[in-house]
Amino acid sequence: MSEFREFVTFRLNQEFYGINIQNVENIEKVLPITRVPYTHNYIKGVVNLRGIIVPVVDLRARFGLDPKPVSEETRIIIVNLDENKIGMLVDSSSEVLQITDEDIDAAPNVKKEVNNEFIKNIGKKSGRIIMLIDLYKVLNIEHIE
Amino acid sequence: MDMSQYLEIFIDESKEHLQTMNEILLVLEGDSENLSYIGEIFRIAHTLKGMSGTMGFTKVADLTHKMENLLDFVRNGALKVDGKIVDVLFECFDALEEYIENLEKTGKEGDLDSSELVKKLALIAENKSTDGTISKKNTSKKEEAPKEKITSDLGDDFHISLNDIDSVITKAFELGVKPYLIKVTLDPGCMLKAARAFIVFNTLERFGEILKSFPLAEEIEDEKFDESFEILYFTKLDEHYTHTELMRISEISEVIVKPLAEVEFAVEEKKEDVEVNLEQVEVKENELKAKEDNQNKGDKGKTSKTVRVEIGRLDNLMNLVSELIIIKTRLEDLDTTNHKSQDQGNKNNMNEAIEYLERITTSLHDAVMKVRMVPVERTFNRFPRLVRDLSRDLGKNIKLFMSGEETEVDRTVIDEIGDPLIHLIRNSLDHGIESPAERLKLGKDESGFVALRAYPDGNTVVIEVEDDGKGIDPEVIKRKAIEKKIVTRDEADAMTDKDLINLLFRAGFSTVDKVTDLSGRGVGLDVVKSKIEAINGTVEVISNLGQGSKFVIRLPLTLAIIQALMVNLNEEKFAIPLNNIKEITTIDTHKITMVQDQEVVLYRNKTLPIIRMKEVLDIETSHEELDELIVVIVKKGDVEAGLVVDSLIGQQEIVIKSLGKYLTGIKAIAGATILGNGSVALIVDPNQLF
Repeated sequence: MSEFREFVTFRLNQEFYGINIQNVENIEKVLPITRVPYTHNYIKGVVNLRGIIVPVVDLRARFGLDPKPVSEETRIIIVNLDENKIGMLVDSSSEVLQITDEDIDAAPNVKKEVNNEFIKNIGKKSGRIIMLIDLYKVLNIEHIE
Repeated sequence: MDMSQYLEIFIDESKEHLQTMNEILLVLEGDSENLSYIGEIFRIAHTLKGMSGTMGFTKVADLTHKMENLLDFVRNGALKVDGKIVDVLFECFDALEEYIENLEKTGKEGDLDSSELVKKLALIAENKSTDGTISKKNTSKKEEAPKEKITSDLGDDFHISLNDIDSVITKAFELGVKPYLIKVTLDPGCMLKAARAFIVFNTLERFGEILKSFPLAEEIEDEKFDESFEILYFTKLDEHYTHTELMRISEISEVIVKPLAEVEFAVEEKKEDVEVNLEQVEVKENELKAKEDNQNKGDKGKTSKTVRVEIGRLDNLMNLVSELIIIKTRLEDLDTTNHKSQDQGNKNNMNEAIEYLERITTSLHDAVMKVRMVPVERTFNRFPRLVRDLSRDLGKNIKLFMSGEETEVDRTVIDEIGDPLIHLIRNSLDHGIESPAERLKLGKDESGFVALRAYPDGNTVVIEVEDDGKGIDPEVIKRKAIEKKIVTRDEADAMTDKDLINLLFRAGFSTVDKVTDLSGRGVGLDVVKSKIEAINGTVEVISNLGQGSKFVIRLPLTLAIIQALMVNLNEEKFAIPLNNIKEITTIDTHKITMVQDQEVVLYRNKTLPIIRMKEVLDIETSHEELDELIVVIVKKGDVEAGLVVDSLIGQQEIVIKSLGKYLTGIKAIAGATILGNGSVALIVDPNQLF
């Protein structure tokens, strides 16, 4: 039996993406978002997460996709990266997948829709392709090794 | 078990002791005849020695040990307190303070070398035999006599000195606890002597308390003893029991338990002494365990910020929280009955419950705030020393008056206010107060004064630094400001005296030509101002030429919760801190004129710049222009500006929350707060708008 890793998956348009489960704190339904001026266009604003102010990144805007209204399915994934608690607005999120190491490949160079640098690896699971994202690049946080 | 948990306690307590030492030293300088002060310092040095010894901070232990030696001579009358001794003691204090600071920051003592100081101490102590006048006082004799008796009684068997613990022992007798001297000799073939000793300590601790050991506990741990060690031990059990218990431990060849009789001790009671020493016993005990458990985890660096809280305040908090729980149940109750009937009585109940809840939350808020409050004394207590040293260096005779040290402010404020105050005091001493000769010529008292006052004023705390020096000359400032190209001559001519004095707070301003050690190092009053403003405070100067100057600092009581005005901009809600707001008014749109690309309006005979909040905050503006604008007038020092908003919601108490690391440095935004409905509103920082 080979090593596997666990990923929280979410969807933008018809594509599936994955985040290492170790970075995910929880998944929330959409909370009222307050806009913050003078920020990047992909910063949707801030939300009140049980008394803590958490910034929310609109992943569609970050990935250069067209905006889409919030629906029943829309979720905010709260990730924790180097002590930063950040929410990511996604179309939907439901599963946690276990992907074995053999099924994780380097990112191919051809990917039409999404800016390539955000994708670190490609994972395969029962015929589906999961793009595993590089949170540091996506959230634009300098990674200090 | 982690060592750092004791480190925190150690640092806290050391700081408290050092604080007292500092105070006493200052008093001692003025009243060197009074031996009770020496006794106090001795006690502190002793406690520090014990604490640091058990923590393994050898430098602190060494230094305090030498201090103790010297102080002992003084206490016995073998040495007289003079300026030299006080100076050395001050130097010791400085060194100790630095060690403790290093410990707090890095968890290590640092490289400060105090061997010179130790030598100095030893030298003074040695000199006592040649030039010291031996004048034993009655009190010291009383202490001396019984001690000698003890040592002679015990003969050569025991090495533990009972010099400074007689009062503890007396106290112990009162409590029905008996002291024993125990000598434990290990088997010559014992391999792990330290481990064996640890078992002995552990066994003893089960039935009583270990006060002292010879060699010291940490030396025993490092196996720095031959085959035997001695322990001063308190227990309610009798000697035979202790003896058999100890003999049960393997690899022990001999145990001597010798009870100490009451008559052997002097009946000189010093209650504080007992407390201090007992405290030390506790620390030591904890320490032994900690050390044994954890030798390798090592230095974990920084300790966290702590506030010492009076237990009464915590009780109050606890009470309030239990009331909250009660009201919660009551509300739940109401909810269930509500389903059954919707009558008027229920509604009344609901209102009552909500009122009750409101009362509790207000009290709770109050209580939590009080927990965070500490007296300004913490900051003030270093100033007597500062003034003493500085006035000496400057050759000026300056007295410091302090009042209101008990005034309480938030812990976070305390930490920030220290440096600005030091700066202002230095300024007063260096620039403000004239030399004695000059003062005499001016017909002033030869010695000048600096007064440091703190008092609460409404929702703020005021701290004043006043001196009776030469005051601030607006003309000098004018000349300097023009010289330094801070303002042009024309601008300067148009300024009032008050405006000119306020130029002091501009960057790059220092009125003294020569750079002294004290000031003029490029760090000016501008830093003071920005530091105080950073914690939402204000600072102003009042100066009477020739008579002195006064700096008045106003600080918010707390940083976490503020009063704010909630306003609407389109659909968005924003909070403007109330302490920035001067007034709220309406302004006729037609009266607005453009001056240098800036909208201004004449208001109360002053030109008031108009800032459209929607533009600043990047909100869509509607095209239709209203006839009347709602304007919130905010002030920053003496400058005012009008902020145009859509509508006012009202005044509200808000809790300031940070936007977090991810969103820092956003222009015009000071933070965020959570509204009653759970959504987030941003807090505008008016200081950044103009």
